[in-house]
Amino acid sequence: MLILEDIHTHYGKIEALHGVSVEINEGEIVTLIGANGAGKTTLLMTVCGSPQASAGRVVFEGRDITKEPTSQIMRSGIAIVPEGRRIFSGLTVKENLHMGGFFNTKSEIRESQEHVYELFPRLKERESQRAGTMSGGEQQMLAIGRALMSKPRLIILDEPSLGLAPLIIKQIFEIIGKLRDDGMTVFLVEQNAHQALNLADRGYVLETGRIRLHDTGANLLVNPQVREAYLGG
Amino acid sequence: MQDLLYFSQQLINGLTIGSAYALIAIGYTMVYGIIGMINFAHGEIYMIGAYTALIAITGLTALGIAWLPLVLVVALVCAILVSSSMGWAVERVAYRPVRGRHRLIPLISAIGMSIFLQNYMHLAQGSRNVGFPILIEGGFNFGSDGAFQMSLSYMQITIFVTTLICMTVLSTFISRSRTGRACRAVSQDLGMANLLGIDTNRIISATFIIGAALAAVAGLLLGMYYGSVDPLFGFIAGLKAFTAAVLGGIGSIPGAMLGGLILGIAESMTSGYLSGEYKDVISFSLLILILLFKPTGLLGKPEVEKI
Repeated sequence: MLILEDIHTHYGKIEALHGVSVEINEGEIVTLIGANGAGKTTLLMTVCGSPQASAGRVVFEGRDITKEPTSQIMRSGIAIVPEGRRIFSGLTVKENLHMGGFFNTKSEIRESQEHVYELFPRLKERESQRAGTMSGGEQQMLAIGRALMSKPRLIILDEPSLGLAPLIIKQIFEIIGKLRDDGMTVFLVEQNAHQALNLADRGYVLETGRIRLHDTGANLLVNPQVREAYLGG
Repeated sequence: MQDLLYFSQQLINGLTIGSAYALIAIGYTMVYGIIGMINFAHGEIYMIGAYTALIAITGLTALGIAWLPLVLVVALVCAILVSSSMGWAVERVAYRPVRGRHRLIPLISAIGMSIFLQNYMHLAQGSRNVGFPILIEGGFNFGSDGAFQMSLSYMQITIFVTTLICMTVLSTFISRSRTGRACRAVSQDLGMANLLGIDTNRIISATFIIGAALAAVAGLLLGMYYGSVDPLFGFIAGLKAFTAAVLGGIGSIPGAMLGGLILGIAESMTSGYLSGEYKDVISFSLLILILLFKPTGLLGKPEVEKI
């Protein structure tokens, strides 16, 4: 479904990714783990075209999107829950959701909104509240809900568990599993490697801009190198 | 009684000029809210609006059309069309190519654009001021004969009512419409709006067009109120409106409205009780004071460092 082929990405003159290849099949949860600064967020953002890859190809559903503008890529069936959530804090919960479904018709928006409220009943209670006044966990739910509004076929999540209480993290991971069960493809970056590998079908380990390992989630969980570096021995 | 009438007169004058400042200030504040730059050519967009209206009125008069509502509507529509196109073009030519660079670069580009437009008008329309026909005459007078009479002209009423309509339409548009919602989202996090598939360049263009249209309305109104225009017409008004935007809190639309009214009243009170000469001193002192003691303005939010 998504093929990243020998991706090089630069920030100015600094090369952050040195030829990364990742393949994601339809209906899978694929996770990307790695230390801070390994280039995980850069890889996700390269999929979204912001920044664009300086070499290599990004192919989504058979279409080369490497050089497409971000706004076009994000309308073609990909949605992102970015690092740090980035909800529109001055807009209400409902307005945030509607921004997520900006290009859909009114009836589609109503339908997706019902779906999001089913997944996160808390958001319905807070519908007309300003998003910035909610707790971190609720904001993360909103960020996921907003991404779901466009009915994406591929959802990209960047550190969805960051800074949240264990109970909320558990809930978020359950939702991610549910999304796959509903037929969505998930590309997940996590610092919480244990939980991510448990959930994922396959995983990639990124180290300083290169893929070191890739295997099924279960195999990576028992891999001695991974246990040493990411799972605390 | 006399004192009260005199005070009310200053208040009315202040509200008149203040509502026009508010109309111009919205253009500054919306652009700043979205791309974080001060569009110093905005005063010139307002000046171009006033000239366009004047040309339209002159043209219609030459054709023998004198029915006032028609003349005003045609002048208004022409001014809005020309100013909006200019606002859009200025962004495309002078700001978009340098967007994302150091903050000083778009600022210098804006000042350059302002000088260019002023001088273009000097060439195209001449440097001397041109009379603007007084189309709306008369008004109400209060107070007894032989003493101070407070006057409220129909022109002033026109300015209030037009401003009120523009503000209501704008507020409804920003808070209810789909594009208005996108404007608010883009002003909070442009990158994120882009990640939702929104073409942020179009929203930025829309902001310039809306700001320019409101400036054109102000151009027609103040042109008729003062009775003349010249190529520097936009310079002082632009600075005043910028002051109003900063006073109310740059980036905040209600702030620009409030800032405009406060500035207008402060100026007319100075003229009324001190001397007309001090009016600019007072406005710019207000700007300095607000920058010193409350740089976020009256209704502005402090910029929060994002984690």
